[in-house]
Amino acid sequence: MAAKRLLFLIPVLVFVGVGIGLALGLTRDPSVLPSALIDKPVPDFELPPIEGLDGPGLSTEDLEGEVSLVNVFASWCVPCRVEHPLLERLAEQGVTIYGINYKDPADKAAAWLGEMGNPYAKIGADRSGRVAIDWGVYGVPETFVIDRHGRIRHRHVGPLQARDLDGMILPMLAELNE
Amino acid sequence: MRRRLAILALAFALSAPGALAATNPDEILADPVLEQRARDLGKELRCLVCQNQSIDDSDADLARDLRRIVRERLLAGDSDAEIREFLTARYGEFVLLKPPVEPATFGLWFGPFLVLVVAGLGALVYLRRNRPAAPIAVPLSADERARLQALLEEEAKPSH
Repeated sequence: MAAKRLLFLIPVLVFVGVGIGLALGLTRDPSVLPSALIDKPVPDFELPPIEGLDGPGLSTEDLEGEVSLVNVFASWCVPCRVEHPLLERLAEQGVTIYGINYKDPADKAAAWLGEMGNPYAKIGADRSGRVAIDWGVYGVPETFVIDRHGRIRHRHVGPLQARDLDGMILPMLAELNE
Repeated sequence: MRRRLAILALAFALSAPGALAATNPDEILADPVLEQRARDLGKELRCLVCQNQSIDDSDADLARDLRRIVRERLLAGDSDAEIREFLTARYGEFVLLKPPVEPATFGLWFGPFLVLVVAGLGALVYLRRNRPAAPIAVPLSADERARLQALLEEEAKPSH
């Protein structure tokens, strides 16, 4: 009889299990997609500099030999404006940040950097957006953590916020730099 | 007249799905066979910005870029599978609106059938167990038989 009672508990347990699973699912942000490129080498690319700006452009070789961040940005992207001061602060702290300027007219990009400051060690101009597609970018801004072997270790979608830096990016950089 | 209007309306209705696709005229390939393949591929590839639309339906910038890439690769002679691979290498399997059947997605594909089978077996066991016992045929007693006989005879009498 006791065993039979326990049998009736099975549906309850299944229900609780499914409920917990769905509740956890609700806490996830569906607009944030996992990157298919985690732990893979950065894609082969070579981008020219932003026209009218001094600098060498950006290519795959630049991302090897040193831990760095790659930030995809555009002057027309409002959230980029939000995260920009954080990038500036990171650069001041000695973090190497490379920029991919996404689908941006050269004069607009140059003006934006003049106004907001330029935290990027090197910037590649991706006028067609093709290189960004090779990186699996689907929204701007996106930020990638690259290890010293030139592999993508982490991707952040959307504007970086202080809690993303403290909770994820900075510890990761510290670990990769060890 | 009415019939003609009806035919016209039907023609419009049938042409609507094609017209609704987001593909711009300047994207369309000259080769209708390749264009059809591009459309079919576009319908099964997810626009990552709008997520529940295919790149064939979406007007997002990224969707347009992806449609262009699909067409470029078709022109370069890639197979449909190669194009799907090109995109999953960049965006993961999420880019496929129809997930592939593989160990990680077995739950997704076969889970519902498993639930159906388990529930069906459960229902079967339950119904078997609770089937009402077959009525036991007890012969009528002598009294009952006499009463039944009396009632039947009464019934048989012609009514006044």
